[in-house]
Amino acid sequence: MAVELPENVVVSKLDELANWCRKNSLWPMPFATACCGIELMATGASRHDLARFGAEVFRFSPRQCDLMIVAGRVVMKMLPVLQRIWQQMHEPKWCISMGACASTGGVFDTYCVVQGIDRFIPVDMYIPGCPPRPEQLIQSIIDLQDKIQAEGTITGKEFDLQARQGPKRALIELPIIQAPTTVH
Amino acid sequence: MNSSETIQALSAQFPEIRSDEFRGQTRVVIAAEQLRPVLTWLRDQRGFDLLVDITCVDYLHYRDARDRFGLVYLLANAETNERLTVRVYLNEPDLHVPSATDLWEGADWLEREVWDMFGIVFSGHPDHRRILLPEEFTAHPLRKDYPLQGRGERHNFPVLQRGSS
Amino acid sequence: MALETATPMRDLAHDELRDFTWTLNFGPQHPATHTTLRIVLKLDGERVVDAMPDIGYLHSGFEKIGEHLDYNQYVTVTDRMNYISPLANNVAWHEAVEKLLGLELPPRCQYIRTILCELSRISDHLLCNGAVGLDTGAFTYFLYAFYQREVLYDIFETLCGARFTNSYTRVGGVMYDFTPLVVEKIRAFIRDFPKTLDDMERLLNRNRIFVDRTRGVGVLSREEAVNRSCSGPIARASGVTRDLRKDEPYLAYGELDFQVCCMTTGDCFARYLVRMAEMRESLRMVAQALENLPSGPVNVGIDERTTLPDKREVYSTIEGTISHFELMMTNRGFTVPHEEVYAAIEAPNGELGFYVVGDGTDVAYRARCRPPSFIHFAVFPHLIRGHTLSDVVAVLGSLNVIAAELDR
Repeated sequence: MAVELPENVVVSKLDELANWCRKNSLWPMPFATACCGIELMATGASRHDLARFGAEVFRFSPRQCDLMIVAGRVVMKMLPVLQRIWQQMHEPKWCISMGACASTGGVFDTYCVVQGIDRFIPVDMYIPGCPPRPEQLIQSIIDLQDKIQAEGTITGKEFDLQARQGPKRALIELPIIQAPTTVH
Repeated sequence: MNSSETIQALSAQFPEIRSDEFRGQTRVVIAAEQLRPVLTWLRDQRGFDLLVDITCVDYLHYRDARDRFGLVYLLANAETNERLTVRVYLNEPDLHVPSATDLWEGADWLEREVWDMFGIVFSGHPDHRRILLPEEFTAHPLRKDYPLQGRGERHNFPVLQRGSS
Repeated sequence: MALETATPMRDLAHDELRDFTWTLNFGPQHPATHTTLRIVLKLDGERVVDAMPDIGYLHSGFEKIGEHLDYNQYVTVTDRMNYISPLANNVAWHEAVEKLLGLELPPRCQYIRTILCELSRISDHLLCNGAVGLDTGAFTYFLYAFYQREVLYDIFETLCGARFTNSYTRVGGVMYDFTPLVVEKIRAFIRDFPKTLDDMERLLNRNRIFVDRTRGVGVLSREEAVNRSCSGPIARASGVTRDLRKDEPYLAYGELDFQVCCMTTGDCFARYLVRMAEMRESLRMVAQALENLPSGPVNVGIDERTTLPDKREVYSTIEGTISHFELMMTNRGFTVPHEEVYAAIEAPNGELGFYVVGDGTDVAYRARCRPPSFIHFAVFPHLIRGHTLSDVVAVLGSLNVIAAELDR
C-alpha cells in the first residue's frame, strides 16, 4: 500500500499540493446523534456557512467522505455502528469529536453512554462545548486543515506510525461507584 | 368534579380498592389480580380511552415502603379531560401482570420499556422483548440495586487503531 | 426472568413465509432518520408490507440520572431530551416539581414561561416542517426555516447566554428576568416573522410535488389516534380536539386568547398544515403575553425557601441570608413531600409529562419522563403499511420523532 517514493523537492511539493487539495475539499460525514447534530446543521445553514471552507458536501455515505464528524453522545448500542461506518470510510480519513459527549461522555456518566469515542476510534480533533457554538466547529475545521497541511503525505505514512499514537490518557478507567444496597 | 363519581362507582364495583388524592390528582391502588377487570371496566364504563403512560417505581430505598415495585397506569378521558392514576404493587419473585395491549394499543411499547428497565413480565404481550437496550444486555438498569455507571457493559468493545482499519 | 409464561416472541423481520418480500434496513445512520432511528422494512418491490422499528441507539439513562441529580441540576439534563424545544422541557420538569412542592408562581414568572414556551413551539415546528420539506426535496424551505430559528437562538442567547440547551427555569422561578433588550428582540421577531411564514406557505402549500407526496399518506383516524395515545399536532390533525393549554390550563394560558388548530384528514399534509397554523397562533400568543407582561418579582419569595434570593437581599436582610444558607449548604436544601405526582404540559410534540416521586430530599427518587416521540413512533408501522418506500421519509418527518426524547 505504501509506495516507496524518493524524498526530494518534487515529492515534497507534490505533498503540499495534495494536502492543499485535501484540506480545502473535506467532505464531512455527519454522524449526528443528538443535540450537537442540530448545531452541526446550523453550521451548515446560511448564517454560519461551512461551505466557505470547502466542506459543503455533507454526504451521508461513508464511501464518499473523508471527514467523520461525530456530533452527539454515542451509546453502547450505537458504537458498533460507528465503528462499522469508520471502517467503511476510505483512507485518508479524519475524525472530529464534536461536543462534550463524544469527547468524554459529557453529562452522561451512565451505564450506556461510551465515555469518549476516542476509546474505540482514532480521533483527530476534539471540540468542547455542550453544544459547541458553530464558530467553534468552524475553528476546529480550520485547525484540522492546518493539521492536514502539516502532516499529510501522499502515501499516508503518518497513519502507520503507531509510536505517534501514544497511550491515551482517556483510557484510564475510573473506579465504578457501587450503589448502596441497604434499605434505609 | 367527575373524579369523585368515578371513585364512588369504582368502589361500588370493586370494593377492595383504596383511593386517595394529592394535589388534585386521584390515585387508586388495586391488587395485581384485579388489574385486568378494573382497567377494562374503566375503559368501557367510564370512558378512559386515553392511556397516558405506564411506568414503574422501585421502592427499594424508599422510606416506609412495604412493596418493592409499584406499577403505575396513568389514564385520561379524551372528552372530559378527567385523569386517574392506577397503582399496582408487586413483589419479587412474582412479577407477572396481564398485558393491556388489547385494551389500548399504546400500551405496547410502554410495557416493553417497563420490562426492559425493571423486569416486570407482561403476559399476553405480542412482542415481549427489550426495546431500548441491546438484546444481549442482562440486567434491568432502573432498579435501585443497579449502579449508575453500570457494570462495565459500556466499554466492552474492540478498539480500532489508526492505519489498521 | 421467567419468560416461559409470556407468549413466544415473534420477530417480524425474520419472517420468511413469503419469499418475494425483501428486507431493507433503514438507519440508524441515514440522512432522513433525524438522528438515530432504525427501521427494518419488509418490502414487496416498492410497497411496504411491514415495518419494525428498532430504537435505543441514543438511550442514555436519563431516568437513572434523575435519581442522582438535584431538582435544579436535572433541568440541564431535561434540555437534552427534546433538544429542538428545550425550554418546553424545562418548563415541564419544573411544572412537575412545583406541583409536588405545592408552589404558586408569581404572575410575571408565569407569563415569562408562557412566552418562552410558545417561542420554543415556533422553533420546534419550524424545524419539523423544515425537515419534512428537506426530506421531500424542498431545500429552500428548510433554509428559510433555519434562518428564523437563528433569530430565535439570538433571542434565547440574549436572555440566558445559551443558544439552545438553556436550562432556564429553576424551582420557583427562572434564571434571569427579561431585560429591555430581550423584549425589543422579541418585538422585532413578532414584526418580521409573519412575512417569512407567508413566504414559506407560498413555497409549499400549493406545490404540486409536495402535496402529492404528503396528501393521503400516513392517514391516522381519530379512534386510532386516541387508542394509540397520540397527542399534540398529530392527534389534532386527526380530529382529536385535545389541547392541554385549553383543557387543563397551566401557567398563563388561562388568560390568553387563542384557538386550537385541528384538522380531520389525519394525513401528512394535515399535520404540516396544523403545525403552520399553530405557529401563527403561537405568535399571537407571544404578542398578547408580551404586551400584558405583569411587573413584580420573577421568583418565588424568600419565605418558601426554594429559590435563591436576589443578592441584594442576601447581603442586606437576615431572611435573605438564611434562605441562601439553607439552600446552598450541601446537607440542607429544601424538603419535599414523600409523595408522587404527574404533571404534563402541551409541548410542541405532544403531551410531555413528568412523573416525579419525592422522598424528602432535594434529589428526586424517580423522575420519569412521558415522551411523546416514543409513543408516536410506535404508531409508525401502522401508518406506513401499504405505502411506498418514498413515503417512509415523508411519514417519518411528519411524526417529528426526536431520537433523544424517544430513547432518553
